[in-house]
Amino acid sequence: MSDLILDKPLPAVRVQRTPRTWRIGPSLALGFLLLVILAALAPQWFAHSDPLAIVPRDAFHPPGWAHWFGTDQSGRDIFSRVIYGTRQSLFIGLAATAIAMSIAIVLGLLGGLGGARVDRAVGWVLEVLFAFPSLVLALLLVAIFGSGIGPLIVATGLGGAPGYARMVRGQVLAVRNAGYIESAKALGHPPLRIITRQLLPNAMRPLIVTLTMGVGQAIVWASALSFLGLGARPPAPEWGTMLSMGRDFIANAWWLTFFPGLFIVLTTLSTTVAGRYLQQRLEGRLS
Amino acid sequence: MTDTASSNGLTNALGNNPEADPEAGSANPRRERLRRLGKRALWRLAGGILVLWAVATLTFFALRLMPGDPVLAILGGPSGNPTAETIAEATREYGLDKPLAVQYGLYLGRLVQGDLGMSYSQHLPVTRVLAEQSWPTLELTFTSLALAWLLVLALTVLTAGRRRWVSTLASLAETVSAALPHFWLGILLLAVFAFGLRLFPPAGSDGWRTLVLPSLALAIPLAGFIAQVTRESLDLTLEQPFVLTARTRGLSDLNVRFKHALRHAVLPGISLSGWAIGALISGAVVIEVIFSRKGLGRQLYQAVQAQDLPLTIGISLVVAAGYVLANVLVDLLYQWVDPRQQENP
Amino acid sequence: MSEPKRLIVEGLSIEFAGQSVVRDLSFTLEPGKTLALVGESGSGKSVTARSLIGLAGEGARVTARRLSYAGRDLLALSERGWRDLRGREIGFVLQDALVSLDPLRPVGKEILEVLQTHGWGDRVSRGQRVIELLETVGVPDPRLRARQRPDQLSGGLRQRALIASALALSPGLVIADEPTTALDATVQAQILGVLQQIRQRGDSLLIISHDLAVVAQLADEVLVLRHGEVVEQGPIEQVLRNPRHAYTRSLLDAVPAEHARGTRLSSAQSGSSVQARAGADAPVLLKATGLGKRYVGPDQQARQVVDGVSFELRAGRTLGIVGESGSGKTTVARIVLGLLEPDAGAVQFLNVPWTGAGSGRVEEKTRRLHRRDISVIYQDPLSSFDPRWSVGQILADALDVAGIAFEQQRARIAQLLHEVRLPVELSTRRPLQLSGGQRQRVAIARAIASNPKVIICDEPVSALDVSVQAQVLDLLADLQASLGLAYLFISHDLGVIRHVSDEVLVMRHGKVVETAPVETLFDSPQHEYTRRLLGAVPRLPGAGATRVVPPVEPESAVLLFDESRLWKIAI
Repeated sequence: MSDLILDKPLPAVRVQRTPRTWRIGPSLALGFLLLVILAALAPQWFAHSDPLAIVPRDAFHPPGWAHWFGTDQSGRDIFSRVIYGTRQSLFIGLAATAIAMSIAIVLGLLGGLGGARVDRAVGWVLEVLFAFPSLVLALLLVAIFGSGIGPLIVATGLGGAPGYARMVRGQVLAVRNAGYIESAKALGHPPLRIITRQLLPNAMRPLIVTLTMGVGQAIVWASALSFLGLGARPPAPEWGTMLSMGRDFIANAWWLTFFPGLFIVLTTLSTTVAGRYLQQRLEGRLS
Repeated sequence: MTDTASSNGLTNALGNNPEADPEAGSANPRRERLRRLGKRALWRLAGGILVLWAVATLTFFALRLMPGDPVLAILGGPSGNPTAETIAEATREYGLDKPLAVQYGLYLGRLVQGDLGMSYSQHLPVTRVLAEQSWPTLELTFTSLALAWLLVLALTVLTAGRRRWVSTLASLAETVSAALPHFWLGILLLAVFAFGLRLFPPAGSDGWRTLVLPSLALAIPLAGFIAQVTRESLDLTLEQPFVLTARTRGLSDLNVRFKHALRHAVLPGISLSGWAIGALISGAVVIEVIFSRKGLGRQLYQAVQAQDLPLTIGISLVVAAGYVLANVLVDLLYQWVDPRQQENP
Repeated sequence: MSEPKRLIVEGLSIEFAGQSVVRDLSFTLEPGKTLALVGESGSGKSVTARSLIGLAGEGARVTARRLSYAGRDLLALSERGWRDLRGREIGFVLQDALVSLDPLRPVGKEILEVLQTHGWGDRVSRGQRVIELLETVGVPDPRLRARQRPDQLSGGLRQRALIASALALSPGLVIADEPTTALDATVQAQILGVLQQIRQRGDSLLIISHDLAVVAQLADEVLVLRHGEVVEQGPIEQVLRNPRHAYTRSLLDAVPAEHARGTRLSSAQSGSSVQARAGADAPVLLKATGLGKRYVGPDQQARQVVDGVSFELRAGRTLGIVGESGSGKTTVARIVLGLLEPDAGAVQFLNVPWTGAGSGRVEEKTRRLHRRDISVIYQDPLSSFDPRWSVGQILADALDVAGIAFEQQRARIAQLLHEVRLPVELSTRRPLQLSGGQRQRVAIARAIASNPKVIICDEPVSALDVSVQAQVLDLLADLQASLGLAYLFISHDLGVIRHVSDEVLVMRHGKVVETAPVETLFDSPQHEYTRRLLGAVPRLPGAGATRVVPPVEPESAVLLFDESRLWKIAI
């Protein structure tokens, strides 16, 4: 009896589509996000020194036992500053995403449910909004309202809104044409019931995932604005602002910029991985 | 290569005897397709002009809400201490004494003639500033986009649907790079390659050496993002029946990937590229500041800080125009790759 | 070339991740002969076919005592050796050319690809060969068609193009995996004719199908597969006339066309009769007069999808609507359901206006009062269920409309599941976890939840395996008898229509071609189109038909209009 084993994997017939996940990934991501949230709520549990305390003789300490992430030009402990900055960054991210989503849901539902003419109008408004790249829009808003946390949040939120709106609209349109909506109509359900019991829940479901990932993106954009000096003012501990200040010392004190940046990356990465995990869980149950 | 060559063979064979087939002449698929593409492009451009008008109007009125007196900004900011006479003169000169509606009308009229006014802070015609600053930004964004696509293709086509660990590793690399913020990556590249290894200059905008680090800083996160989408799409495509058909013809795995799967797999990435151009322009603002490059981004940043109204409007318009134009191109590219969607615009 | 092109398979077994899919399969295919592998979904027939060209799939473990073609040991082939074999010596045809041909490339290029890959001829001769091949398989206007994409061609033309690509290098063996599934009956007959050519050329053909009647037209020998095992093997006449295995018999029994109206199909009670039904003088429930609907296509051209359709549906009776794709039958169903407004004509339901054009227009609000009296079963039940809901929730949602109080719903759900012969435990499952037949039963349970008088059945069994189809058809017949339901039954399958209907309406290009009582229509069809339709139905030999396959005739180049693209739902 001879034996033939195809040496080459050829994806012609798949018995079962195995989810291509790295199981450790989601757990690490969710764990890190939990820590970030805890740090935002109670930074004193993690960091023992005052993020604003100036100790001139401790300036530019490289990372070590006394200062895990080193110290900055005024001798402030960078680890403490990163931990205390969590609250600010997370708050900005959540608030900006909330603003973006609110606008997006209103525009998206209008477009998806309002009929052809309204949809075309919404489409045009989105086109115009898209023509302002988010940072350009943010700069314009800062020009109008001045810099600070408030305008920063609004600018980041507005910048993200058209993308989400397009997604909501597409989702509503797709669900609207789904067979089960037609079935519900054929059964004799009134429109309001169909919209609230079937259309909205089904259309909004994927947005949970987008929302998770969106917070990470919002944190990045907000820190970009802070980095440009348009958000939180130094010496407030905020990741983007810290990066901006550390930039002047990049040639000889890398840790000033490395650690705040690392936390931005880890947070965004965790939201992406966690979001994707969530998506797989949802899809696994639904398709 | 062989593919194009022999498709010509097919065309030649088809063209040998056109009169034998009266219907073929009237409905030449290729000519028909080009005609539709052209029509679509015109429609999209017309729509783009409408968008530009909205952008111009929005920025004009929005910036009128700006705190502070524009006249003071013209005359060098609050510290300039201009006399009442100079203020009155400047107000008249810039038309700031007329009602807002009239100013808007005048502004639109000048806009149509290509006159964007004088920059308050640089005391130069805005068009001249734009002409000077547009090229470096264009150079930067397009190099980054091209670089990003190069990375995407190399990473996905060669690793998708391969052994588990290969694609897991590649997938991990994509996820991490998509999460990297431009500015942090820019600073890291600057620290390592400019200050540490001294391979590339840390600042400036002359010559290709100054372009390497900034475009990498922009391209890597973008590549991560597009690659994620492309990989997913490629994985799906490789499971399609037509891929199986291609294999039953005796095509090798690499041929299947390049001749069939790739074309389908790049479609979502192409639609993303339209959005990506906006993200690249946003990124360019930060990157130009970090690398002290000439360009629209840094100019906008400075114009906003100096409350330079005409320059801010001018740059917003150019950026919007660039975005609109790029999206028309992306749309045409999409239609060219996937001719199925050619319906009315 | 001295070695005869014989395919020998001995003891073939296929496993996926330790799970056995095919067990100990053996057959020999002599040159010039046709062998059919027949089985329902999950029988392992497709993966068997693929393993013969080394494409069983990722993670497949293929073992055999012997696997050889034309004297060559296939088990010893390298990947390169396989590639050389594929396309050159063994051609492969998959089902549904819309997705089996690269949707972004002109079909000519796909045929060209085979020639190029195996280095056949030069540029000019390859181009000529493509045209030649398209002509051979009966594609009219080949120069134009070669430059069109699959979506620009009709279903029959693109299937022909797919076959042309498999025949490009005149392989000695062609493997066709469900080559006519999803095609209209008349087109199917033509495609079978094209495949017949392969036999006539003296090459071998291995045909895979779920449909015994289809392979009966072509095969010399047949292999019946079930759950990866051969249950019956032998010359076609013998298997069809004298099936030895019960499964083969049940497959033959389940073919509705072979059964008189009012008898059971499923094996348990095959042949036993269903209770008598309402007579032709029953009161009229649904009356459609002069229905018309136009669509403006993407190319700005208006098409009359439904044109002057009238009919009456009486209580407890079944009206069958039969037509090929693009005939407008589904559009009629949507109009009758009040989901689509007609441009002309009107429908009366229970003697009151239900829907209509112009002054006959009826508000959805008015219609909603009577919606519980009319329900619908779709071809694809899965998409008609909210993906978040369990079976119980789906039924409860329908009971809400019927005005059943929440407290009584549990009992009624159990009763409904019992009526469609599903265990009550299924009520907590989601539709995704059910089999195709179970899903359709849930859809039927939902349809009868509100005690309707009429059910519109839109291709309710087209996606099901023949044995499952038989069970569902029996269930529908039982429910009709016990609940006094009237069915408007839409199908492309003449056999199904013949089995279920009292009256039949034949549609073509939106118009009614012929209406008649079912026996009259099938015994003495009046219209030429009906006759052609009836002639195209593959019949099992013994049911009177001989093995006549129409010659290769070029097919009309009309690109049929895809109704489904136009459905936009307004809530």
